[in-house]
Amino acid sequence: MPADCEAVGRRSLPPALLIAGLGGLTLLSVVLFLTLGAKGSWSFILAFRGTKVAAMLLVGYAIAVSTVLFQTITNNRILTPSIMGFDVLYRLIQTVLVFQLGSAAVTAFDPRLRFGIEVGAMVAFSWLLYRWLFSGSMRGLHLLMLVGIVFGVLFRSLAGFLQRVIDPNEFLAVQDRLFASFNRVDGRLLLVSALVVLAVSVAVWRKARVLDVLALGRDAAINLGVDHRREVMQVLAIVSVLVAVSTALVGPVTFFGLLVANLAYLLVDTNRHRLVLPVAALVAMLVLICGQIVLERLLGFNGALSIVIEFLGGIVFLVILVRRAAR
Amino acid sequence: MIEVRNARKSYGETVVVDDVSITVPAGGVISLIGANGAGKSTLLSIISRLLPAPAGTVMVEGMDVTTTPGDVLARRLSILRQDNQMTARLTVRDLIAFGRYPHSKGRPTVEDRGHVERVIRYLELEAVAHRFLDELSGGQRQRAFIAMVLCQDTRYILLDEPLNNLDVKHAVAMMKLFRRTADAFGKTIILVLHDINFASCYSDRIVAMRDGRIAFEGPPEEIITPAVIREVYGVEAAIQEIDGKRVALYFR
Repeated sequence: MPADCEAVGRRSLPPALLIAGLGGLTLLSVVLFLTLGAKGSWSFILAFRGTKVAAMLLVGYAIAVSTVLFQTITNNRILTPSIMGFDVLYRLIQTVLVFQLGSAAVTAFDPRLRFGIEVGAMVAFSWLLYRWLFSGSMRGLHLLMLVGIVFGVLFRSLAGFLQRVIDPNEFLAVQDRLFASFNRVDGRLLLVSALVVLAVSVAVWRKARVLDVLALGRDAAINLGVDHRREVMQVLAIVSVLVAVSTALVGPVTFFGLLVANLAYLLVDTNRHRLVLPVAALVAMLVLICGQIVLERLLGFNGALSIVIEFLGGIVFLVILVRRAAR
Repeated sequence: MIEVRNARKSYGETVVVDDVSITVPAGGVISLIGANGAGKSTLLSIISRLLPAPAGTVMVEGMDVTTTPGDVLARRLSILRQDNQMTARLTVRDLIAFGRYPHSKGRPTVEDRGHVERVIRYLELEAVAHRFLDELSGGQRQRAFIAMVLCQDTRYILLDEPLNNLDVKHAVAMMKLFRRTADAFGKTIILVLHDINFASCYSDRIVAMRDGRIAFEGPPEEIITPAVIREVYGVEAAIQEIDGKRVALYFR
C-alpha cells in the first residue's frame, strides 16, 4: 500500500523495470508466435494466428487475475477458483448440451449464444452458491469452499454418468471439448469476451486498495472499516465472470492459475494488487504463448496445451505444498 | 462511552456470553480478566462487530456497531485479536501503514506517514521496520500488530491478550505505553489480560468475567482480593501490597 521503495524492492527488481521487462518479453513472444515458421499467405497466417494469440492473451489475463483475486479473499495461496467446482460445472454443461441436443446440433449453435449460456450458467451457479451460504447465520469461506468441492464431485459424477450413457461418437465429441485448446477458439467470441474482461478489469483496478486490505484477513479488514461480506461477494462475482469467460473460450485449465499467481508472488515480493495483478497477468500471457510456441513449433504437436500446463502446474503445486510443510 | 446491553452469544448449546450488560466510560485503561473460556474474547469481538451477536446491542458513542458503516466505526474503534495469521507477505512498515487505511483509504498523506514513523519509534521497531513479518520472532510480530492498531489512532482501542509472546521487558514497556496513551491522549483502552498483576498495576478498572457473565467490576483495590480471585479463577491467592500496588501471589 505505501509506496515505499525500500520495502518493495528489497529482494526483487524495481516494479517499473519488472513490468517493462515482462511486457517486452510478452511482446517478443507474440511476434515470435505470429512469424515463426510462417510459410505462404501472410494475410491468412496473421489472421489465423492472430486469433489464437488474442485468445491466449485474454485467457492468460483472465486466469491470472481470477486466481490472484480468489487467493486474496480466501487468504490462501494454494487455492484456485477450480476448487469451487467451476471447471466441472463447465464439463457438466457441455455434456448436458451434447446429451440433450446431439453433437451436430451443438456445433451448429451460434457460438455466441452457446458462450452466453455457458458464462451465464457458471456465473449464476456461483452467485447462488455464495448467496445461499452467506445469507444464513454467518458461516465462513471455508464452509463455502467445502460445499464447492462437494458440488464439484456431484457435477463430475453427473457428467460422468451422462458420458457413459450417451452414444460413443457423441462421447468423443464431448471429450474433445473438455481439453483446453486454443485451436478451436471462435473469433466471433473474442470481441465479446474482451469487452466483458475489460469491464471487469476496470472494477478490479478501482478496488485494488480494498483488495490489499482484504488480503489481511477478515478480522483485520473489518477492523479497518471494510465491509468484508459485501466486498467478498463482489470479488467472487468478478472471479466467476473471469473464470467463466476463460473456460468457455478454451476449456478448463486447472493448475495454470496456481502456477502464475505463485510465480507473480515470487517476483514482486509485495502485496500491492496494483503490482501483483499486472505481473501475474503478464506472466500468464508469457507462459501461455511460450508454451504454445514450444508445443507447435518445437514439438510439432498441435494438440491440447492443457496437458503440458497441468503437468507443470501439478509439479509446482506439489513443490509449494512440500515447501510449506517443511517450514 | 461504550454501552453493551444484554449481549448474548452461544456456540451450539454452549452459551459463551450470557446476557452481558456493561458500560465503559471514556478514558482510561480497562482490563478484562477471567479464566479460559469465560467469554472475554467473545465479548471483545461482539463489541468490535467482528462477531455478530444474535441478541443485545452495542453502542459506541451512541453509534450502534451493527448498523454504523464500517469505515465510520473504524475511525472510532480498533481491535486486535489474539491470533493474527497472515498469508500476505508484508513488511512491518507496510503492516503498520494499513492502520491509516480508515483515514486515507490507501492514499497515505504526509500526516499519515508521520503517524507511521511515530508509532514505529514508540514501539522500538525501527530496526525491523523493513523486514517481512514472517521473518520476525513472535514478540516482534505481536508488537508490529499492536503498532498497526495504535496507528489507526482511534478513541477506543480493544486488544485481546496484547502481551502474548512478549518478554518481561517488552510486556512492561507495552503496558506503560498503554497507560501513557490513555493518560496523554484520553484514549479508552480495553485489554484482555491473563496476568492479573499487570491488570492490577496498570488499569483504572478491572472487569472480571466468569461463565459468560460479568462477575465483578471495579478499581483494582476491589478486584484484586483473595475472595474475588477465588471466585473467578478458583485458586487461592495471597495479596501483597508493594509500592501501593496490589500484587497477587498464586504460585503455591
